[in-house]
Amino acid sequence: MSKRHLLALFNDFDEAVAAIAELRGSNIKGFDMDDMILKSPIEHPEVEKVLGDKPVHVQWFTLIGACMGGLLAFFLVASAQANFFSQIKGGKPIVPLPPDFVLTYEMFILGGVFITILGFLICAGLPAKRSSLYSTKVSEDQIGILVKGDESALAAFKTIFIKHKALEIQEEAGK
Amino acid sequence: MGKDIREDIAWAQINKDVLKSLESPRRMYWVILFIAIAMIGVAVGSEIYQYTTGMGVSNKNNSHVWGLYIATFIFWIGMSHSGTLLSAILHLMHADWRKPIYRFAEAMTTFSLMTAGLFVLVHLGRLWQVYYVMPYPNERWVWPNFQSPLVWDMFAIATYLSSSVLFLYVGMIPDLAICRDNIHAGWRKKLYTVMSLGWEGTDRQWRNFRITYLTIACFLIPLAVSVHSIVASDFAMSNMPGWHVTSFPPYFVAGALYSGCAAIITLFIILRYVFRFEEYMTLPIMKKLVRLTFAIAMVWTYLNLIEFASVWYGHDQTAKDQLIFKATGPYAPFFWAMIFFGSILPLMLAFKRFQTHLPILFVVSILLNVGMWLERWMIIAPSFAHGHYPWTWDHDQWPSLVQWGIVFGSFGWFTLLFMVFCKVFPSVSMYEVKEMVYHRSLALKHKPAVKGEY
Repeated sequence: MSKRHLLALFNDFDEAVAAIAELRGSNIKGFDMDDMILKSPIEHPEVEKVLGDKPVHVQWFTLIGACMGGLLAFFLVASAQANFFSQIKGGKPIVPLPPDFVLTYEMFILGGVFITILGFLICAGLPAKRSSLYSTKVSEDQIGILVKGDESALAAFKTIFIKHKALEIQEEAGK
Repeated sequence: MGKDIREDIAWAQINKDVLKSLESPRRMYWVILFIAIAMIGVAVGSEIYQYTTGMGVSNKNNSHVWGLYIATFIFWIGMSHSGTLLSAILHLMHADWRKPIYRFAEAMTTFSLMTAGLFVLVHLGRLWQVYYVMPYPNERWVWPNFQSPLVWDMFAIATYLSSSVLFLYVGMIPDLAICRDNIHAGWRKKLYTVMSLGWEGTDRQWRNFRITYLTIACFLIPLAVSVHSIVASDFAMSNMPGWHVTSFPPYFVAGALYSGCAAIITLFIILRYVFRFEEYMTLPIMKKLVRLTFAIAMVWTYLNLIEFASVWYGHDQTAKDQLIFKATGPYAPFFWAMIFFGSILPLMLAFKRFQTHLPILFVVSILLNVGMWLERWMIIAPSFAHGHYPWTWDHDQWPSLVQWGIVFGSFGWFTLLFMVFCKVFPSVSMYEVKEMVYHRSLALKHKPAVKGEY
């Protein structure tokens, strides 16, 4: 059965949260809660309770990036210094650890920052084409709930959204 | 003290006010831009003359090898400190009064670093050999000396610049989406569409955004401290009298924060007027900023005293002579001006009546930065003028007009970049101001009517 999208816009954040809670509790046939997207002009960490547990993996990118950055820097610098055939060391350590720590530290941070950004783009699904069901009001002052479900579920969606004072409901055929 | 921001301000109004700053600033904006371009003209003319004639025209000599260029380089690196560092620290501490002012402070960081970078090139003189700065081996496979603080500098500044730009950009993505949604044609529409990366404000995007922004903030705090400590190492690791002091890195970091905070006050006042941001850059926020600047000024004063005391009571007689030379020799007027502008003048900021008096604050904040610039010059010039060996002493050297012209023009370069940024990108973070208004209005709603109701 073909899936269809529906976007409801709300003025009141509490009403939007109540609508999400009701969508979750009503067990609508042909609708999966994972297919619901909340769009808002600001971050609402408190909505995560209603949306359910959705882990963030950006920190893993950070860890890998920082470790890689630090290790790469250390091995670059150490291998350059270890080229002792052309650089006379005069009895000093070939790879002096205290001064090498500075560059290792800087590249640890640089690697961490760069790969965190990469992780953010991957995890947040960016860059992306804007979905056709998008209202510019979402970046201004309204909260949008985008749902995807079977045609049979549309009526139930609309009932819930209207009950929770949706300002506008946009509809589009899904793929 | 009044409210940092009105809780009843409509979100649509926030968008409208900030987007208006991209379209129609006051006429003063164009005046500032014109002055900045004229200042750059002076610098470009001076640099062309120096480039074609040779470094001799700068009046630098064997004793005074660094001069104003490196003093101003450190000044700009220092200026860059406060923006990103304060933004990151206040973000981690959930100090929401930072929200209307952090964007321009971060932009200040970026453009200060870009200005500082120019001084490395100017100081180099032979611009075509700039690739020597890059870490790669020569034809005999001899690499740059990775144990040198100058090489650390290059790595640290490049890391700080790229991380600050990314921090600024990531924090701006939701606002770029607002610009994209509200500007309907032209090059700006294309620019915002590309730069906003298709941001729609979905829960998935916000969730990842929150962690990413927090993580980068965590990285930037130690990075900012390390960058200026490394710049301090350029001095402290040498054996020049007056430089070989353990307290130099924290002294440099405090000085950097100080000049950055003073610059934020100056730019706050300019942007508030030019872009009509009275609703967002409010006097209570200014008051907090001024108090912070005062506190940092006192830390800087303390570290200055520590530095003098450690030289005075230390065993290095040359360093002590050098300190006396600074305070009584040909550089004495500048030395005492530094003490006055850096330690005495900020005492004014402790008085409530001056904490929100914008014309006075504007003048004082500029004078504080004059003091901070003098600090950098007083680190460099007297040390070269009166070093370890009497035959290197040169007490009469004075920078030529070419040096002054390039230093003067650098302020125009910074101003031009900064003002163009503020006209092209939102200099007040719209989504964060909305968050601030939202959370404050929520707190107001849940505030107990009677004391002790909890």
